[in-house]
Amino acid sequence: MNRLLKEYPQEVEKTLAKYPLEQKRSAVMPLLYLAQRDKMHIDRQDMIDVAEICGITETEVKAIAGFYTLYHEEPGGKIRVQVCTDIACALRGADEFYAHLCERLGVEDGGTTPDGAVTVEQVKCLAACHNVPVFQVQNADGLTYYENQSVESALEIIEKLRQGESQEEAA
Amino acid sequence: MSHILLRHRDIPDINKLDVYLANGGFSAFRKVVTGMDKQAVVDEVKKSGLRGRGGAGFPTGLKWSFIDNNSWPHYVVANADESEPGTFKDREIMEQNPFQFLEGVAIASYAVGANAAYVYLRGEFWQQAHFLDECIAEMEKAGFLGDNLFDTDYSLRIYTHLGAGAYICGEETALLESLEGKRGQPRLRPPFPPSVGLYGKPTIVNNVETLTNVPPIIERGADWYRTFGTEKSPGVKIFSLSGNVEKPGNYELPLGTTFRELIFTHGGGIPNGRGVKAIMPAGASSSVIVATDEALDTPMDYEQVQNVGSVLGSASVIVIDDSYSMEWVVNKTLHFFKHESCGKCTPCREGTYWMLNISNRIHQGRGSAQDVDLLYDVAKQIQSKCLCALGEFSTMAVVTGIERFRTDFDSQGQSTPAEG
Ligand SMILES: Cc1cc2nc3c(=O)[nH]c(=O)nc-3n(C[C@H](O)[C@H](O)[C@H](O)COP(=O)(O)O)c2cc1C
Ligand code: SF4
Ligand code: FES
Repeated sequence: MNRLLKEYPQEVEKTLAKYPLEQKRSAVMPLLYLAQRDKMHIDRQDMIDVAEICGITETEVKAIAGFYTLYHEEPGGKIRVQVCTDIACALRGADEFYAHLCERLGVEDGGTTPDGAVTVEQVKCLAACHNVPVFQVQNADGLTYYENQSVESALEIIEKLRQGESQEEAA
Repeated sequence: MSHILLRHRDIPDINKLDVYLANGGFSAFRKVVTGMDKQAVVDEVKKSGLRGRGGAGFPTGLKWSFIDNNSWPHYVVANADESEPGTFKDREIMEQNPFQFLEGVAIASYAVGANAAYVYLRGEFWQQAHFLDECIAEMEKAGFLGDNLFDTDYSLRIYTHLGAGAYICGEETALLESLEGKRGQPRLRPPFPPSVGLYGKPTIVNNVETLTNVPPIIERGADWYRTFGTEKSPGVKIFSLSGNVEKPGNYELPLGTTFRELIFTHGGGIPNGRGVKAIMPAGASSSVIVATDEALDTPMDYEQVQNVGSVLGSASVIVIDDSYSMEWVVNKTLHFFKHESCGKCTPCREGTYWMLNISNRIHQGRGSAQDVDLLYDVAKQIQSKCLCALGEFSTMAVVTGIERFRTDFDSQGQSTPAEG
């Protein structure tokens, strides 16, 4: 049975209610977020499930998932740390911040920590150019901004999230 | 002067419904629904001279008057995609003064006969979308959204929709595609959204800040609004100031304020005893302004910024000090546009790829003596050949950067002239 309908019947219903009856397709983006929530990536079965609810083909869903950067088709860390290194931030030291953070975490640009928990990547402007350095964390809880950071404060936040994640795994 | 848009800076907790109501909230919406003809609302906004704050500066009332009344239903879509590098004003509005924005959405919807409105937020605004959902639920409970509003036959519902990381979805037709559950790629125009928009129906797309101007205009009148700003660019604007300044942030000021006042009086000037070298007034999409005295004394409005070879756009003013090379700035902007090109048309898809390629060569000191000219030519080739403005935007910093700061490029490019 369709996993989304089984696990999130209320969310699916609420999502569909936002759009005209004959425009179920509009729900594809919110449903992809829902499908991605637990694993932090989208697999083939997810696409089939989303396609079924929206009344479109799996291929169409795949094209949409591939177009947007916040959907992940490759498995990575369940915690994605996304640092803005775009122009306005770079003028305030974001490139150096990012390089130091990667070094301290022992990862390459875009890489995942050896325990598989945290993926670190560069992103484009987050609309927080006055609070540099800034990064967002994408995980099962959605997206959270952390602004005016230092490498130390960032490491602390990441450590806390990592602990929360491993407790959840154990439970 | 008290704020018209960033009212939370004068009135704490105005992002709570009871505080907003205690400060006159929703009286403009009540006024239009219970006592004003649709046309009268459109006329008042026309008269105010309000122009779109999303970048293009198109007159808002005029856009509303284009709605096709032979095709129904109608929609209003608020553009909360805010992804132009250097822009962070809509986010502050939605976090701190959300009800004024939502009241603007409601008035616009009434004025064009829409019973449903969507707020399209960039995917990164996950928190803001959830907060707006709460605000909308409170409005429903308080009788400002739903059926038979204020005991009339007018009904309205507002919904949020989250994007998922794509700058191009700020372009209004790409946004509508995305909202319809497709890849966010721009449509051929005409037809324009006021005739054929969301689900093929007449649709008005306006920026968050544009809509937030509407309640005070209705409340206090077009003549009052015109006491701010200039003749052709009336009203106030939120300037997002970033880059090499002491106090980056949002500043709400009358249109026509000079760059100098924004950067030095409000922004506290340039840190570390540096001088200001260049200004990008419209984010990464800007033509780069050489920061001469004449440029600094230029009033920031839709007309006069053009006199110094740029545009006001979304008024995301990025300040660059004299320790940076323009070659580096251009390289950064190209990383952005290469990443964000939606790939629909060849000049932009291939052009941004090649521009970044050549720019990387120059940046890494691997360029040949001809590479700067080549980069310039490729940019020129792209211009006026693209389906949407993104392609054009990608060339602005390249062309003006090379024209106005050529030596910054040559000193990089000529280091290894023998390589190709
Ligand atoms: C590549 C591109 C990106 C854009 N991004 C935004 C954006 O993030 N927010 C916005 O309001 N308008 C954006 N626009 C402008 C919209 O297409 C549209 O003109 C605007 O939303 C209309 O609203 P306004 O008249 O109230 O400004 C963008 C345009 C282009 C070409
Ligand atoms: S100009 Fe670029 S962003 Fe615009 S439609 Fe063409 S490829 Fe897409
Ligand atoms: S450039 Fe980094 S948040 Fe805008």
